[in-house]
Amino acid sequence: MSEATTSIVQFDNVGLRYGTDREVLSDISFTLYPGSFYFLTGASGAGKTSMLRLLYLAQRPSRGMIRMFGTDVITLPRKNLPAFRRRIGTVFQDFRLVPHLSAFDNVALPLRISGMSESEIRKPVSDMLEWVGLDHRSDARPATLSGGEQQRVAIARAVIARPEVLVADEPTGNVDPDMAVKLLRLFEALNRLGTTVVVATHDVHLLRKVPDSLIMRLDKGRLSDPTGALRYPPRREPART
Amino acid sequence: MSEPSFTPRRSTRLSGRSSRILPQARMSGPMPWVIAIMVALSVIAVAAGLALNNLAANAQAEIEGGATVQIVEAAPARRDRQAELAVSVLSNREDVEEVRRVPDDELADLLAPWLGADALGEDGIPTPALIDVRLRGAMTPERLEGLDRAVRASVPSARVDAQASWLAPVFEAIRSLQYLALGLVLLLALTSSAAVWLAARSALGANRDTIGVIHHLGGTDGQIAGIFQRSIGLDAFLGGLAGLLLGFTAIMLLGRQFAGLDSGLVAGGGLGLGDWIVLGCIPLLGVLLAVVTARITVMSALRRSL
Repeated sequence: MSEATTSIVQFDNVGLRYGTDREVLSDISFTLYPGSFYFLTGASGAGKTSMLRLLYLAQRPSRGMIRMFGTDVITLPRKNLPAFRRRIGTVFQDFRLVPHLSAFDNVALPLRISGMSESEIRKPVSDMLEWVGLDHRSDARPATLSGGEQQRVAIARAVIARPEVLVADEPTGNVDPDMAVKLLRLFEALNRLGTTVVVATHDVHLLRKVPDSLIMRLDKGRLSDPTGALRYPPRREPART
Repeated sequence: MSEPSFTPRRSTRLSGRSSRILPQARMSGPMPWVIAIMVALSVIAVAAGLALNNLAANAQAEIEGGATVQIVEAAPARRDRQAELAVSVLSNREDVEEVRRVPDDELADLLAPWLGADALGEDGIPTPALIDVRLRGAMTPERLEGLDRAVRASVPSARVDAQASWLAPVFEAIRSLQYLALGLVLLLALTSSAAVWLAARSALGANRDTIGVIHHLGGTDGQIAGIFQRSIGLDAFLGGLAGLLLGFTAIMLLGRQFAGLDSGLVAGGGLGLGDWIVLGCIPLLGVLLAVVTARITVMSALRRSL
């Protein structure tokens, strides 16, 4: 079986520049496999968020090739992007909760977008809110939630529809260590169900909390491969479902 | 604590509650009120057009198949003889349904307001004898020519005119007014579309971040447009209802004033049940216009994003 068909995400010589500035990402090539857990590390300004934007299809690269789920997404018609985005869960660094919706409705948003009925939505959303410890705040608007609570709502919203790829940008940045571990366990649980998880963080302590994880490091827009995660075949077999 | 149940993905279709994604505040901006005014003006313009149409149709029905024979003869005795002869000729024709000579008194009464009561009579201004003729079926140029030939063969001083030709300028004026009403309605529709376009653009700008989130979560342009359509459609419906109420009130007041004129021509311009139903549909057309405009506006704006 070819690499393109077994991989879930494949970047090949990808470069990204905004306008006429210098490239913020250069010569990025890597392959992500189904059911693997990756950390993306690097100093602030290394290009982590830009790479995540490419991963959750908010941005097209300036050059190179990106395949996701076996399809070239660079030439993918715009009308086909939503179907791909529904297969990707995203935790934004700035949460991006809808301000006039309650925590419950924010978490339910992906399910409503995917066309589920209200009766089908109630239980999974309640379960998810309970899991992130916010079942008692389900009616609260984001403005009344603390930063950590908002982050947990954002994570619950990203994972509720069981995406094939979860992309999280500093998902534990605003929560206490106990909650950070708990959220990582949630990502691991999702990972065990087959979701490929990519977590961008600059917290090196977090990397040790998930022993089976693979690490990609970004430095000034270029990718290094400390664990051999990007090699093909990988140095260590990624987890399979 | 047990792990949460993860929910599988499905195909897309937004449920009704998804319209909550945008802030809900009914009749909050200027758009519903603009729609209300536009609908009110459209209702009045369409009502005027329909009333004119009814008026023209009634007048047309009254004079259809009608002709007037004038005996232009100054000498009263000779004029009477020729009029009797013309009545006799017309009465013997199979295509003539009714013949009636307008009595001199009736003619004098008709002309009195303009010429004075004493201006007519044996020593007054000579007036032609008038004969009303009603044919079986509609008047055509061929039938008019045949009638004219038959009457003039016996009474050379007779002149035969179709009654419709007298009112032709009136019908043309009515038609022009109807076109004017139609033009006004089209302009009002255009203005309403512009108001909706502005409202949709403003709402898009105000909810840019939320729209971005919906896109990132896999929402389609159609789903986002649907949310805007529902919101704007509901506002347009409420505005349309208010406009309809305003329009109906204006029509009632105008109708009462025209009824007070007690004119035969104006009386034919009343509105029937069908006309009221047409007027009642105007807010619905307004809603349709608003929804379509909102969809086009939102879809074209979203196409510029990734």
